[in-house]
Amino acid sequence: MRRYFTRKIITYVLAFVVGTTIDWGVPRLMPGNPVEIYLSKFSLESNGAWQSLNKVFTQAFGLNVPVWDQYWHFWYGVLHGNFGVSYTDFPEPVSHVILSAVPYTLALLVPAIVLSYFLGNRVGALAARRKALDNTVLPVGYVFQAMPYAWLALAMAFYLGAYAHWFPIGGAYALGMLPNFSWSFISSLLFHWFLPFLTVFLVSFGGWAIGMRNLVIYELEADYARYLRSLGASQRLVRKYAYRNAVLPQLSGLALALGVVIGGNIVTEVVFAYPGLGDLIYKAIINEDYFLLQGIFLFIVIGVLLANFLIDIVYVIIDPRTRLSMQGSSA
Amino acid sequence: MSIAQDKPGSAGPDAVTSVGPGVGATEVSAPAATGTGPAVRGLASRRRWEFLYFAVHNKKLIGATVIELLFVVLALIGPLIAPYDPNKFVAAPNLHPSLHHLMGTTYFGQDVASQLLYGLRDSYLVGFLGALFASLVGMTIGFTAGYRGGLLDEALQLVTNIVVMIPSLVLLIVIASYLKTRGVLFEGVFIGVTTWPWVARAVRAQTFTLRERDFVDLARLSGKRATSIVIKDIAPNMASYLFLVLILLFGSSILLAANFDFLGLGPTNTISLGTMMNQSMLWSALNLHVWWWFIPPGVVITIIVAALLVANVGLDEVFNPKLRET
Repeated sequence: MRRYFTRKIITYVLAFVVGTTIDWGVPRLMPGNPVEIYLSKFSLESNGAWQSLNKVFTQAFGLNVPVWDQYWHFWYGVLHGNFGVSYTDFPEPVSHVILSAVPYTLALLVPAIVLSYFLGNRVGALAARRKALDNTVLPVGYVFQAMPYAWLALAMAFYLGAYAHWFPIGGAYALGMLPNFSWSFISSLLFHWFLPFLTVFLVSFGGWAIGMRNLVIYELEADYARYLRSLGASQRLVRKYAYRNAVLPQLSGLALALGVVIGGNIVTEVVFAYPGLGDLIYKAIINEDYFLLQGIFLFIVIGVLLANFLIDIVYVIIDPRTRLSMQGSSA
Repeated sequence: MSIAQDKPGSAGPDAVTSVGPGVGATEVSAPAATGTGPAVRGLASRRRWEFLYFAVHNKKLIGATVIELLFVVLALIGPLIAPYDPNKFVAAPNLHPSLHHLMGTTYFGQDVASQLLYGLRDSYLVGFLGALFASLVGMTIGFTAGYRGGLLDEALQLVTNIVVMIPSLVLLIVIASYLKTRGVLFEGVFIGVTTWPWVARAVRAQTFTLRERDFVDLARLSGKRATSIVIKDIAPNMASYLFLVLILLFGSSILLAANFDFLGLGPTNTISLGTMMNQSMLWSALNLHVWWWFIPPGVVITIIVAALLVANVGLDEVFNPKLRET
């Protein structure tokens, strides 16, 4: 057990180091001097002003010290939760801007991931080797899986929002409302939440259902399933065991899919102007707010690592073999 | 079939079953597709005919291939048959679809159908480049790790696991925000560079089961060099499986590119299906109810990717007798 987690934790720590290093390195490897890019926005006329401002900002961003010192300074900032100051929301620190957007993203992401995972697995398992159901679940699953998040979001925003006016599009609650604990506010919150949630949910749902269907078909053909059947076990029992075995690779699939779902969530938020991290990223791109982008990147990396760790723990809980083999090899 | 039928997942948490970063958790039936083992030549060629027989009789595969070919042809000849220059302002803005403009016009009076025909080419190109680079890097790493084993394997697996966890869309956003001009090649290479771990994991797991087999031992005894064993003895035995992985990568690259382009981070010098959606959103197609601007590109992407997924299932059935419908 200890060995398993030591390995995992080493991987996570290294991934964090790599992520942070990329985050630090990308702006420095890119063509163009960030300070000059920044100054180009000011439309300065005199050369002298440009020179002195250039010097001031180079110093302010800490770019006048050797590269290695810059690297350690960056780490120092990261470990102290200091990601710099947002350019768009000046002088708000990047960490504050990010933290105020995170609840919205989590409110979309967590229910969408969890619900699509469980429902998708159930439906997929039901559909396996059942002609009638398979013939509906399979095509529907493929279509959802094949949809670009951005487009499904656009289509929903248009048909259910802009056209039919069933749901509002844009924002997390109605304009002119202040967050409070009244029913009207909460219902407005839910109404605005529903479509982006549904978008992320549907695409992932298709993936899980198809994956589960394929895995259960394999399990039903496995030797243990045949043996069970030849013993006269009920179809229900065989399927129960098949499901249990098939859910394991689905769980490692969940860890792999996280990055993709987060990406999908970002585009979905952009379409619905939902004020989470995705919307923040979009604004940061448009405003060229590099500190904010870097901060969000690192924040998402940390989030993915934590989620992966969580999935590792769940895996150990639901798969007795991992526990056994870990005890065996711990010597 | 003599191949070890280890279940996907029996190798613990690191088992490889999911392929395709853009398509959620698309499953490739891991061990199923592997070929015929130490094939006697005659047997091998008979098998090949058998595959062909099942391929021709597989409705899913045929249907999907026909759709895919149709779009490939459209992408190839698109610029020739496009009625208008996709960037020119040829008519009044926001025209409904009509006989003159089959898919209407944009906010700027550009012909949507022409944009679609041009954009198709870009989307296919990105998908192809992404799959190509991902498979090159992934296969190199997967074969090396699986065949060498030991410390090298540990190190390569560590790298793979780390790259998997770096969210590629967000990384691209950070990189692309610094680049003022971006081409299709950049996008394709970037997608490949961030999605290779799926290939590497799959290839490594397969190589691992194959390298213990007698015919590989025999090849090793005969003094063949490692690269030649991998290329001539191991790779052919998982060719069908690799093919499935590539198809899924192709689809997921197209989807990833659509998302990049939608955020306005795609190629700056050409039209793609994703940039059409990006433009439509920037110029409030939603509120102006200009649905013909953003619905067609998405429908096309969905059809292309769905056809790839269906072809994948069809091929899986062709290669794996257990899955064939009886």
